[in-house]
Amino acid sequence: MRGFEQHLSEFHDRGVEVVAISVDSPAESQKLCQSRGYGFPFLSDPNAEVIRLYGVLHPKAGEDGRDIARPAEFLVDAAGTIRWVNLTDDIRVRARPQAVLEVINRLGVR
Amino acid sequence: MRRHWNVPIWAGFAFVIVALVSYIPIFALFPITRDVPWANYVLFLLGGGLLALGVSRAFRDPEHYRGKISGSILGVLSVLLFGFFVASILYFGKQIPSPESAVRTGQPAPPFVLQDIAGKQVASSELFKTHRAVVLVFYRGYW
Repeated sequence: MRGFEQHLSEFHDRGVEVVAISVDSPAESQKLCQSRGYGFPFLSDPNAEVIRLYGVLHPKAGEDGRDIARPAEFLVDAAGTIRWVNLTDDIRVRARPQAVLEVINRLGVR
Repeated sequence: MRRHWNVPIWAGFAFVIVALVSYIPIFALFPITRDVPWANYVLFLLGGGLLALGVSRAFRDPEHYRGKISGSILGVLSVLLFGFFVASILYFGKQIPSPESAVRTGQPAPPFVLQDIAGKQVASSELFKTHRAVVLVFYRGYW
């Protein structure tokens, strides 16, 4: 998230928005955004419904055996089509913003 | 003859502790030290080297140096802590479901309406339509 925040203007320059999604409540995400200064939308999916729809559920991996999301990044174009997907095999290793920007440049998403 | 404190043993153990606890608050913040935690491995290596120096000194020259017992205990403890760190990195971090079930490139993005941090409903249709593209970042959550 820090990486996306640091490169946020480069995404916005390309007309691309970054959106974070987790099971955290709006209040929890607000606390996070305030403390870390995140300037992109954080959406709350408390029952992991959307997380399930995208097929990125990690069952019972959260606090108190709660279902949460596995780390994943999707690039969706304006027509609502998925253009690129990154599914890590390690919770510590996430897509780097520079790599996502390169994909955006390569695809020339429009 | 007075015996000296065996400083490398304690310094080495301190390095091992720092190597273990520094990953999450410091090195995990930067991709370059996060994806492969080499900085932590270097700290473990320094700690291990100092411990080895101290312990070998304690056994070779017990008349001058303390640390046969404390050095052995801290040495074993350090090996266990290093093992825990490596297991966390190489094993526990990879216990995530297979990516098979995820929606794929070329498929339509499933529509959604979710609340943002202000409690406002945000619809994916609106989000996609008003941008050239959107990067959806799913994450585990912090709480």
